[in-house]
Amino acid sequence: MKTKLACAALAFAANAALAGITPPDELVKTVMLDMQRTIVQDKDLKGGDRAKTMQVIEQKALPYFNYPGMAALAVGVNWRKATPEQKKRLAEEFRTLLVRTYASSLSSFGDQQFEFRPLRLKPDDTDVTVQVRVLQPGSQPVVVEYDMEKTPEGWKCYDVRVAGISLVVNYRTEFSAIVRDKGIDGLIATLETKNKSLEAAEAKK
Amino acid sequence: MIARALVLGLSLATAGCATTNSDPRDPLEGVNRAVFAFNDKADEVVLRPAARLYRNVTSRGLRDVVRNFFSNLDDLFIGANNLLQGKGEQAVNDWLRFAFNTTFGLLGIHDWATEMGLEKHNEDFGQTLGYWGVGDGMYLVLPILGPSTLRDTAALPVDWQGDPVVMHTPVDERNALTATRIVARRTDLLGASRTLEEAALDRYVFLRESYLQQRRSQIYDGRPPRERRPAD
Repeated sequence: MKTKLACAALAFAANAALAGITPPDELVKTVMLDMQRTIVQDKDLKGGDRAKTMQVIEQKALPYFNYPGMAALAVGVNWRKATPEQKKRLAEEFRTLLVRTYASSLSSFGDQQFEFRPLRLKPDDTDVTVQVRVLQPGSQPVVVEYDMEKTPEGWKCYDVRVAGISLVVNYRTEFSAIVRDKGIDGLIATLETKNKSLEAAEAKK
Repeated sequence: MIARALVLGLSLATAGCATTNSDPRDPLEGVNRAVFAFNDKADEVVLRPAARLYRNVTSRGLRDVVRNFFSNLDDLFIGANNLLQGKGEQAVNDWLRFAFNTTFGLLGIHDWATEMGLEKHNEDFGQTLGYWGVGDGMYLVLPILGPSTLRDTAALPVDWQGDPVVMHTPVDERNALTATRIVARRTDLLGASRTLEEAALDRYVFLRESYLQQRRSQIYDGRPPRERRPAD
């Protein structure tokens, strides 16, 4: 009897833990609407204050991106040749680039309407694509797709496609050319230089 | 202007041949990069300033009106391409859009059709060829017109035939319409070009990848089959 009860309690706990994970489509919706609300309500953000925008992204969106995984996918086959230290630095530089690019794309963000596509999520799904359509008058809706994977810390995004253009695939081509010419350390150096030049450009403004 | 750019491109072709070709989809990378640099300069000197000026002197409402007007003209040929791809329902959707927007939408300046649930599509003859299995061919950067492929370049004359602005007479009106359309489109891309500037390590490669991926997605109407992951 006691074991039965314990089993039931365990099953219940497991269920609750499962239920505690926000489904990927809901997660995307919550984060996007939260970002939009934050930007619309804040004068600095609306005016394109880059440093503040990046702060908001780091707080509100970055926790849901598996950026080391994205860096690994973008580096591709060469990832396995990298030392743990190189991997760490690649992930860090990629993270900075990601936040900056995100911030830059948000500056043209306004009162767009989103259409969130509900996802038919099966319990054993671990890799799904969440679709959001950005509606704008006179043009075809822009489809934004988030490839999401289930991790111990909940669902996380590992690639974004805007109008069919994948961020990871784009970087993979760029990265592989750089690694071929200059090696992995060359890629790290290139990313560092890029991030620093963007930082300097902001400071000048 | 275009002729001169072509000469520039061709004269640099010899230089292009000397570089090692790194990407099999882009055998003319050397020439393409030269044309890309030329386009970049033209954009910097002419197009971008014009787009900024346009943005500064127009209200958002007016820009919407201009965008809708040209977008409406496109719907006729978009419908034709959907029909050529055997997508009858979508073709009807596009022509209904044109009918509603031209009449109730006052020559297209209001996009009522979208609000009525008739969605805007994106088609052109290059996509129609792609739909029927014509591959990209090599990647090309066209003077002024920008990223393209052999297939899309071959399709361009057909697109022009189906374009009411290009076919418009008298010529001076056509030129004014064309110029307005180009500047208006460039204005819509001001944000995107800044993002490109910041995201790309090599803008040429980034733009090439973006173009090829976007075309693939468009040909499959936004649902391209998943590419197999490269074995690692």
